[in-house]
Parts: sequence; C-alpha cells; structure tokens
Amino acid sequence: MTTPALEVVHLSKRFGGLPATKNVSLSVMPGERRLIIGPNGAGKTTLFNLITGDLTADAGSVRLFGQELTGMPTQQRVHLGLARTYQILTLFPRERLVHNVVLSLLGLDRRRWDPWSILTANRDLYTNARTSLERVGLAEAAERIAAETSYGERRRLELAMALAQKPRLLLLDEPLAGLSQAERQTVRALLDAIPRDVTIVMIEHDMDTALAFAERITVLHYGEVIVEGTRAQVVADPRTREVYLGD
Amino acid sequence: MTRGRILALAICAVLLLAVPWIIGNEFYVNMASQVLIYALFALSINMLLGYGGMVSLGHAAYLGIAGYACILATIAGYDPLTAAIFAIAVSTAAAAFFGVLSLRAPGLGFIMITLALGQIVWGVAYRANDLTGGDNGIRHPARPMPFGFDIRDAPSFYYFTLVVFLVALFFIWRFSRSPFGASLKGARDQPRRMRMLGHNVWLIRWVTFVMAGFWASVAGVLYVYYNLFLSPHAISLQQSAEILLMAILGGASTLTGPIVGAAIITLVKNVVSTYVERWNTLLGTIFVVVIIFMPYGLVPGCTQAWQRLRHRIKTRKAARAAASEPAQ
Repeated sequence: MTTPALEVVHLSKRFGGLPATKNVSLSVMPGERRLIIGPNGAGKTTLFNLITGDLTADAGSVRLFGQELTGMPTQQRVHLGLARTYQILTLFPRERLVHNVVLSLLGLDRRRWDPWSILTANRDLYTNARTSLERVGLAEAAERIAAETSYGERRRLELAMALAQKPRLLLLDEPLAGLSQAERQTVRALLDAIPRDVTIVMIEHDMDTALAFAERITVLHYGEVIVEGTRAQVVADPRTREVYLGD
Repeated sequence: MTRGRILALAICAVLLLAVPWIIGNEFYVNMASQVLIYALFALSINMLLGYGGMVSLGHAAYLGIAGYACILATIAGYDPLTAAIFAIAVSTAAAAFFGVLSLRAPGLGFIMITLALGQIVWGVAYRANDLTGGDNGIRHPARPMPFGFDIRDAPSFYYFTLVVFLVALFFIWRFSRSPFGASLKGARDQPRRMRMLGHNVWLIRWVTFVMAGFWASVAGVLYVYYNLFLSPHAISLQQSAEILLMAILGGASTLTGPIVGAAIITLVKNVVSTYVERWNTLLGTIFVVVIIFMPYGLVPGCTQAWQRLRHRIKTRKAARAAASEPAQ
C-alpha cells in the first residue's frame, strides 16, 4: 500500500465555542486531484490553515507523505514539499512580479540567509523565477509592479509562486475566485498542465471547473466531512444536494 | 551603476575626506565625527525599523553596554583592541538575548519590551555605583592608538571614525541589497506569506536584531573614544528616541536617510543650541514640518520632489516644442 500524500486524522479545531473543524479525517493519494466543497463557513479554509500550520489544531494529526506535521512550524512543512495559494491574494504588492517569485524560490534556498551578496546578481534565481512566470503566461509582465497588474494576473502570480517551489502537495484555495470567464479558461488550462507528481487539494466554488478537475470530492458542512467519494458518487448523494447544491 | 551615481559617490567621498580642510575649526571637525557616530547608530536602528518594520525604543542599551564594557576592560588593563572586541562581543551577546525577549511579541509588544530592556540597562548603569560610577559617570583613560596611529587630535579622530563608518556603511549597504535583506523586507510586509514560502520569519528578525545590536555596539565604542566619558544620560530613553527620530526624519528604509537625519539632529542639537535657547522647539518644528510634507522622510521626499520637478520641466519643454512646430 502506498503512503498517502496527505493524511488528516480526527482533526478538530474550535474558535471559542464554535467548532470550525469537527473530527475531520481524509486521505489523499499521491498524484490525486481532490476537491473540497461546502457552503460558506463549512471550514474549508480552516482545514487548509490547519494543514499548513497557520492554525494549531485542538486535536488530531496531519501527515505529509507519512511524516507527522503536528507541532511543526509552517516554514518547516513548506520545506517538506507543501505549498499553497490564498483565497485572498497574499502577495508583495510593491515589488516586481519577478521579485515575488524570487522570494518564493529563496524560501527553499540556503541563500536566503546570505547578507552579503547582491540579490540581483544571483542570476539563476531570476532565470528560474522568469521560467515560472512564463509557465503561467506572465513572462511579459515580469518587470511590472504587482500592485499595478490586473487581478487575473495576480491570481496567476500566486500560482507561479507556489509552483516555483516544486511542491509535492499543493493546496489551492479558490484559484478561480473573482476571475472572468476568459481568465478562468486560462487558469484551468494551467491547472490541467500541472504534472502528476504534484498532488493537489483544491477548494473551489466554480462547479464546472472543479468537477471536471477533481477525481475525488470531499464535502464539508459545519466543519464535518459529510460525503466523500468519486465525482459521480458525491453528485448523486442526496446529502450533497441537501447541504450544497440546494434542494 | 549609472555614471551620475558614480560621480555623486565620488563627490561625496572627496567631500568626506576634505571635511577637516574645509572646516578647519576643531569644534566643527569634532561635530563631523559626532555626526558619523550618530549616523552609524541611526543606520543600525534602521536595519530594524526600515527594513524589518520593528520599532525599537531601547537601542541606546547597546551604546551603554558596549561603552561601559570598553571602559571597564581598558581600566582593568587590557589593551585597546582586546577591550574593543570584548565590548562589542558582550554587547552583541546582550542583543542576542534581548532579541529573544523582545521578539516574543510583535508590534506594540516589541516596542514596549525594547523600551523596558533599555530602561533596565539605564537603571543598572545608574545604580551600580561601584562599576559605572552611577550618575557621575565614568572616564575612559585615553583614546587608543589603532595600529600605531595617533587619533587624539580632532582631524585624525575624524578620519578614524570615517574609516569605521565607511566599512559599516558598506556592510549595511550590501545587507540591504542581499537575499537576506530581501527576506527581511518580505517578512516586514507579509510575514504569514513568508512562512508559507518556507522562510523562518522569527529567525530572520532575530538575526537582524543581533546585527543591528552589533553595529550599535561598534558605534558605542566610537562614542566612548570620542567623549572619553560615559554616564547614564547617554543611554537614557531620550537617546534611544533620538536615534529613532534620526532614522525617521531622514527616511527609514533608505540607506542615506538615517545619515541625513543624524546630521540634521546632531547639528541642531550642538550648533544651533549655541545660538538658540529653545533648540528643542526648533527640532520639534523641523520634525513636524518634514513629516507633514514628506511622510516617508527627507530623502524619499526630496527624491520624489526632484523627480516631479524634472518631469514638469520635461513636459513643459515638450509642450513648447509642440507649440513651435505648427509655426514652421
């Protein structure tokens, strides 16, 4: 039996009296495309924050390729191959796009501690960063300031920063949120082009794209997993219709 | 680097070297040394403030620890070099420890803890009569002779300070352009994102705290060499606040800003105060005016104003050219 890429076991988190994550267990196999859906407030982003270590779980554990993550700080989890994008864009708005990606590359590079060399003289970092930008169709925009690019471009930059790190597990938090129809097509194509050695867990509300993309789907409701299965199983399940697709 | 930049740097270098000849007067040459020492303080605090977004109100503590350590080691009979290295090492170690305490809490907590630590150092200096001379202060026996050079008179001390200052400036310039500097600025702007990119934000801040403490300690040793005296007044909260104001006035997050700020504040304090009794009011007024018109400080403000002026001249020229064309 292969080790799951991501294994979440009996994970719980309360915000005061409000349970945001209730005894959630799920396991994602290497190379899988997993979709997490659920109404607003179902605890999807909280689940991501627990996996990345932005939040500390009250109980339960998270394992990445068999490695226990509980108690490990976020940056260490990233070094084990975890990357994510944010639902609310979290970029370096005053910096050039290429610098945003360079910061991402530096995160996994020993040179991030180097207080002596001139950053821009590290040509390989910039070449790599430009390659990553090219991959998401932003080669032309590399020298522009992030704050001066369009929303769609910034969404793609988020993706470029995550992909630049060559993650093993990629968490995508609504990668299509706020995009126009045309931009959705572009990002969708980008997601389809991600190689299978990257396992992807995605939160998405755009059902057309999400259902086409994912192999297995987990439905969260009030912090609990209520349905999990293949696309067909989940769509056919009456509980899904009840909580999510409406009656 | 552009040709204009190289030219500007060359002019600065010549001016800095020529200061004793240009000024002549010993009082003002000493003033120039003081400006350099405070500029180094301001540069060191700006590593925290400008690049790291951390406001420290206890930076004078390193002046104090390094200064007292240097004096005590010299009095104990150690040669100047050993005393200086000892002083800087002790003070940097203190910064390492204070950093661990201060970085427990970000933002306001950080300010308050650095303030408290600075006050503790001040309090110890004030109370430990046997060691520090308490309120009366303590004398440094004499200026050293680094590598056989006599730095007792004003011009030679100025050159000594200038060398140390330029070495520090070079290191801090490299720091500000380095991958580490980029990580630090990233941690200032988006700490959460930086963690998610694999950066250890806490460690980045701590290392910066220690580096800032190191350069402040170097400045502290220079301070003692210059004054040949140290008392708790020199490491009071007011001193910490003044160093902070230098960086803000000149423009935090720029390399030259703290130097400009240090020059202005030191000169107003020492030169203008001989003519104007209420120099504190004047300093306050300067500060308020600058912050109103140039919220990011003098250097970024002036750069912006200069660019705007150039842009206006350019557009006016273009307009004039366009206006003269139909006439032909």
